[in-house]
Amino acid sequence: MVKKSHVATTINGEAVEFLCEPRHSLLEVLRDTLHLTGAKEGCNNGNCGACTVILNGVPVNSCLVLGVEAEGSEITTIEGIASESHLHPLQQCFLEDAALQCGICTPGFIVAAKALLDRNPNPSEHDIRFELAGNLCRCTGYDKIIRAVQDAAAVLQENKS
Amino acid sequence: MKEIEYAAAHSVDEAVDLLAARGDKARVMAGGTDILVQLREGMRDADLIVDVKKIPEMMQFSYDPARGLHLGASVPCYKIYGDAKIAAAYSALADAARIIGGWQIQSRASIGGNLCNSSPAADSIPALIAHDAQCVIAGPSGRRTVAVADFCTAPGRNQLARGELLVSLHFPPVQPREGARYLRFIPRNEMDIAVVGVGAWLRLNDKAETIAAARVALAAVAPKPLAATEVGEWLVGKPATDATFSEAGARARKLAKPISDMRGPAEYRLHLVGVMTTRALAGAAERATSK
Repeated sequence: MVKKSHVATTINGEAVEFLCEPRHSLLEVLRDTLHLTGAKEGCNNGNCGACTVILNGVPVNSCLVLGVEAEGSEITTIEGIASESHLHPLQQCFLEDAALQCGICTPGFIVAAKALLDRNPNPSEHDIRFELAGNLCRCTGYDKIIRAVQDAAAVLQENKS
Repeated sequence: MKEIEYAAAHSVDEAVDLLAARGDKARVMAGGTDILVQLREGMRDADLIVDVKKIPEMMQFSYDPARGLHLGASVPCYKIYGDAKIAAAYSALADAARIIGGWQIQSRASIGGNLCNSSPAADSIPALIAHDAQCVIAGPSGRRTVAVADFCTAPGRNQLARGELLVSLHFPPVQPREGARYLRFIPRNEMDIAVVGVGAWLRLNDKAETIAAARVALAAVAPKPLAATEVGEWLVGKPATDATFSEAGARARKLAKPISDMRGPAEYRLHLVGVMTTRALAGAAERATSK
């Protein structure tokens, strides 16, 4: 039997340590070991983006990162998007703009959209569609998701001024 | 996934030693976006994953206009198109890196990995051939260099012998009036595998009217990425006009050997080769004159 590895990371700002086998993906570790079940398994092969987390500043499919690779990394999951006291504008706009139905793709979309707005606070519709192409939705037809991201971008710009 | 061991090498020599110890039961992993899927699905097999992302030589890149681009094999795509100088100098490479998968894939996947996965439909390989990139390979007998155009041998297969790994890619320096473009046809907007891909590069003469040198390469229309050498040779001395590019597209069609599969019938792919080659050459010419 393969020995488990000890991994130390920072997740949503907190120091976290866990044990995992080399074959375990970061997604499996987040969900099954750390009980951070916000990231979802939609495809397990890097197509759907439902498992998106931010790893050292960039959005990744956590199904394609091994748990052992997270050593020394900084990770943000959907659980780290809201602040102590209120939802992030992305979350608020997704709710108000009805940008979700079943919700399974939503954590991945919000994390990816947050990474997008962090990098580009004023994306065009084309930018949003292009950069979020790695996130698939079966329910909404995407339009309300795109509008929610646009609205959140506007709210964030307004909050700054 | 079945039980597997994991080791991170900190140097190329260490990676070579790890591969030598395990033979064909060890697999190199860079971004992991191909190999992990394949290991899970049983399409490739390994007892040991050798992570190369802690090898500085494979994760770094440097560009010197006089010497060209030295690109570590495992540099993630986003760092390539995110570097303005590299994206301008090697624009077909940046075009390809921008459309391999989506953002989450590009955060991890590397050009070296895309090359070593050796799919005939790989997006980076026509761009690498167009840019005349060279592979630096390390193994138990030392290092060797192979042109990218010669690297792939069959679908999913390449020149790497047992125990070898791709370390870096080298691109020649850019001269004035050069331009390059990679274009892909897919049924959706993003996230698809190429039905046809075309990488084109050309250098115009000092009046920017005539083609002084050219290279064209095709994806997804042969058992391996196809260097359309005869098209590149034919283009030399021709005027950089739409009529020339259109004729080049017709000549590229003659070289392509597509099959019919779930992504499209062979006749449609042949049609696309003509159209996309014409457009890629026009795009390369536009970039050659815009600098």
